[in-house]
Amino acid sequence: MPRNYAATVGFAVALVVGSGLAAAETAPDEIVWGEYGDIPEPLTDQAGDPDAGRAIMSVGALGNCVACHTNSEMYDDVPFHGTIAPELEGAGDRWEEAQLRGIIVDAKRMFPDSFMPGFYKVGPFTRPGVAFSGEAPQQPSDMKPILTAQQVEDIVAYLMTLKYE
Amino acid sequence: MMRLERLSTIAAAMVLMAVAAPLSADPVDDQLVVNGELELATDAPAPEHLQDRMSTIYSGWRFRDTETRDMQRDDFDNAMFLTVDAGIDLWNTPDGATNQSCADCHNDIEESMRGIRAAMPRVTEDGELWSIENFVNDCRENRMEAEPWGWNSNQMKQMTAAIALQSRGMPVAVEIDGEAAEFWERGREMYYTRFGQLEMSCANCHEDNQGNYIRSDHLSQGQINGFPLYRLKDQGPVSIHQRFRGCVRDTRGETFAAGSQEFRELELYVASRGLGLPIESPAVRH
Repeated sequence: MPRNYAATVGFAVALVVGSGLAAAETAPDEIVWGEYGDIPEPLTDQAGDPDAGRAIMSVGALGNCVACHTNSEMYDDVPFHGTIAPELEGAGDRWEEAQLRGIIVDAKRMFPDSFMPGFYKVGPFTRPGVAFSGEAPQQPSDMKPILTAQQVEDIVAYLMTLKYE
Repeated sequence: MMRLERLSTIAAAMVLMAVAAPLSADPVDDQLVVNGELELATDAPAPEHLQDRMSTIYSGWRFRDTETRDMQRDDFDNAMFLTVDAGIDLWNTPDGATNQSCADCHNDIEESMRGIRAAMPRVTEDGELWSIENFVNDCRENRMEAEPWGWNSNQMKQMTAAIALQSRGMPVAVEIDGEAAEFWERGREMYYTRFGQLEMSCANCHEDNQGNYIRSDHLSQGQINGFPLYRLKDQGPVSIHQRFRGCVRDTRGETFAAGSQEFRELELYVASRGLGLPIESPAVRH
């Protein structure tokens, strides 16, 4: 099982790199937000890939969503789900695609007190650092969103597959 | 062999997840008795300033695994005692232009340093907030005429561990009123400030989500009554400010320097959240 998992990750990374040139994408500060913290329009013109999204969500160095959320669909191959945040079971039944996109990009637009980081957000922050270096950015372009636009779309596509049985 | 063991551990964990997810959020029910004789309370009623937020405070010891907890039950199993022993040696070693040791002025560490760690950080006669490291370096520079030690240097951790041990079992006794009040207020404000790209405050993890898990990490209250301590993840001794730096860095934030005004204020505030617990130093965590 761990071997399949690694292969999926490799595929996800290749997909992102491979699609970087062709796909048009919306920058974090160009996003058109809905009234309730939702984002109606996809961030890229390439449809999200649920398999890639699943891998991004379970890998510590990428989305690491299971650090905080339990997700019953992943119990078989992903150990140690967190207990911080709402469980993801049935997310695709409970939320619209636009809402999920908004929550992933910057959950505080919908839930101002949310613990959840904005995964496609570059500011404003209090004392931001460059990734986990502990160092301040030297210029605005040093601040990268945690995930790419395509990775957000991949996760949305995966979450929409999580239906109650 | 190693790989097989690890695989079976992972397999066991996966079975556990399938059967028992989510994991229990409570601190473990256990009693800390060191060397079979020194009983250290690991919970207490919350201090007055915290009572609108929680009713009970817990030592981080109650959030760690059995193996880690066991290491702190006996000083022979506690890896920090190598550090303590080195600190005792330093205490008795002359240094600097005056060729004096700590012991030349302060005599027996067990008597002169008793209770010192429990009241740190504290306000000096000049109205500055100092941590124990500031007092050590003040002695080194102005009395011994020796080079100051780096805040997170081995020698500083050895010395602060040896001094902290002399307060083990004594209640946390930091002053938060009077001259300390303004420092304490700023530390409190910092505790609730959401730092970094992840926009996380100390309180987000250690107050709002105490007892919950981030992946396999059981979130404690972030008490500092066991520092300096042996951290298995770092395979070595860790100071309070060193851990603060790690936490701010992990918010994808720009950290503060060890020894900075900000971290001394935060240290005072976090220490005050442990008023009621005994000093556990030198503790073991993972």
